[in-house]
Amino acid sequence: MTENLIEIKGVTHAYKTASGPLPVLDGLNVSVPEGTFAAVVGPSGCGKSTLTKLVAGLMKPDSGEVWLHGELVKGPRKTVGMAFQNPVLLEWRTILDNVILPLEIVAPKMSKAKCVARAMELLDMVGLVGFEHKRPSELSGGMRQRASLCRSLVHKPDVLIMDEPFGALDAFTREDLWQTMRDLRRAEPFTAVLITHDLRESVFLGDQVIVLSGRPARSQYVMNVDLPEDRTLDVLFTPKAADMLHRLRDQIKIAQGRDVEAHS
Amino acid sequence: MIGKIATPLLAVLVFLGLWELLVWVNDWPNYKMASPSDLPPAFWKYKELFFTMGWQTLWRTVAGLMLAVVFGTLIGMVIGFSKIARDALYPLLIGFNAIPKATLVPVISLIFIGQHDFNTVLMAFMISFFPIAVSVGIGLSTLEPEYRDILRALGATRFTIFRKIALPKTLPEFFGALKVSATLAFIGTNLVEIVSPHGRGLGALFKSGETNGDYPLMFAVLIALAFLGIVLYYAVVFLERVFAGWADREGT
Ligand SMILES: Nc1ncnc2c1ncn2[C@@H]1O[C@H](COP(=O)(O)OP(=O)(O)O)[C@@H](O)[C@H]1O
Ligand SMILES: [Mg+2]
Repeated sequence: MTENLIEIKGVTHAYKTASGPLPVLDGLNVSVPEGTFAAVVGPSGCGKSTLTKLVAGLMKPDSGEVWLHGELVKGPRKTVGMAFQNPVLLEWRTILDNVILPLEIVAPKMSKAKCVARAMELLDMVGLVGFEHKRPSELSGGMRQRASLCRSLVHKPDVLIMDEPFGALDAFTREDLWQTMRDLRRAEPFTAVLITHDLRESVFLGDQVIVLSGRPARSQYVMNVDLPEDRTLDVLFTPKAADMLHRLRDQIKIAQGRDVEAHS
Repeated sequence: MIGKIATPLLAVLVFLGLWELLVWVNDWPNYKMASPSDLPPAFWKYKELFFTMGWQTLWRTVAGLMLAVVFGTLIGMVIGFSKIARDALYPLLIGFNAIPKATLVPVISLIFIGQHDFNTVLMAFMISFFPIAVSVGIGLSTLEPEYRDILRALGATRFTIFRKIALPKTLPEFFGALKVSATLAFIGTNLVEIVSPHGRGLGALFKSGETNGDYPLMFAVLIALAFLGIVLYYAVVFLERVFAGWADREGT
């Protein structure tokens, strides 16, 4: 149980650009124990999305290693689910068929009835029953992102990788989705990496919050979120949470290269 | 529903009325401009010819267009997926497209002497594949990376990603191009039919009208061509509804 499901060891990566190599990650180390939720924050452009692509096996690092489940990641694997800021739903498919899409790749022999049952189970959890036959264009942004989350979980991945999935939503919808995320995890445990630029989100959802330094990114600060498992939004208003948010904000400022304001 | 048919029909009638009026007011003789009332007799007189020649023109156009769909899509895939191929092929394609196709008629009729059907289909194809290739190419090369990544992260092959995401996503652009290509294919077919000696098809019928000074026949051919063009266009619109109807936001 103490085994780390995700182990990133000394990962260094640079993009080749017209004006020479652009170092993005610099000896990054991250460990995520099985079944836990790692929230990653860091200045814009520091390499967070690059990190998600490396974990998903969509790219290979220049040096260093990414391990999943005790196996070295060499390419994409079926046990990963991904969600992005843009819900990237397919306009020509209904919500139900969008959610089923990964099963067509991962379990091509699964019967249609079983696929539908599995998708409906998730749509029920996120409150989208009754919308399964609608097209994505008929849904609100929050509902589309819910459908997108269902799609990334439909094949029961070990690891859910999310790149600012709630970034484009308004504050209230975002908080609704945090709670949906919490409920999904409770119903079907998985290990998660969540990239976010919202510190409250990182504290509410994370078991640990990892602050990356400015580019090229290292792991600058790791904070264990020592709050009860079953959190409600109220937890964000406790002194403990306020203290954590404060510390994270200081770390972000350091990452951005600015001085920490003198504490009063 | 009634309006959808009645409105364009009314527009056609108004157009024919104005045309008739124009000829009547100016008292133009037939060799200057035939009037709509001269056309039914011309159609009736040559009705068998219109059917056989119309059929010739139609099947060659459709055959050329289908070739254009197949090759245009293939070329579009190549330039859409490979930046090197895009850089290499674009100048060639644009240069080829810029050549006035009339200049190619003698060239191909010298290469394939006497192959009238083949030459006609070939010209319809050559003139109409370009919009399809470009639209498919642009559609594929502008696919947002996330769309690709949701399947790639699961280990899907390039072909699966193409079939499940890239292809359906480019269908609206594809059909837009196909409407243009359908009209162009007609121009290609007729070009060869008119220019070739001993040609067949509506273009050849037009030419025989010209040779014999049968002006109502010439105008009747033009109307027949317009009619076939409309039929083909709406056939494409129908296919678009079936395969890319989801892109139509009307009423939602
Ligand atoms: N494919 C690429 N080629 C070149 N540079 C890239 C590429 N992808 C990202 N970058 C650059 O690498 C840096 C880190 O990008 P990214 O990982 O997307 O940052 P973040 O998600 O933290 O904002 C940015 O400066 C970005 O411009
Ligand atoms: Mg990013």
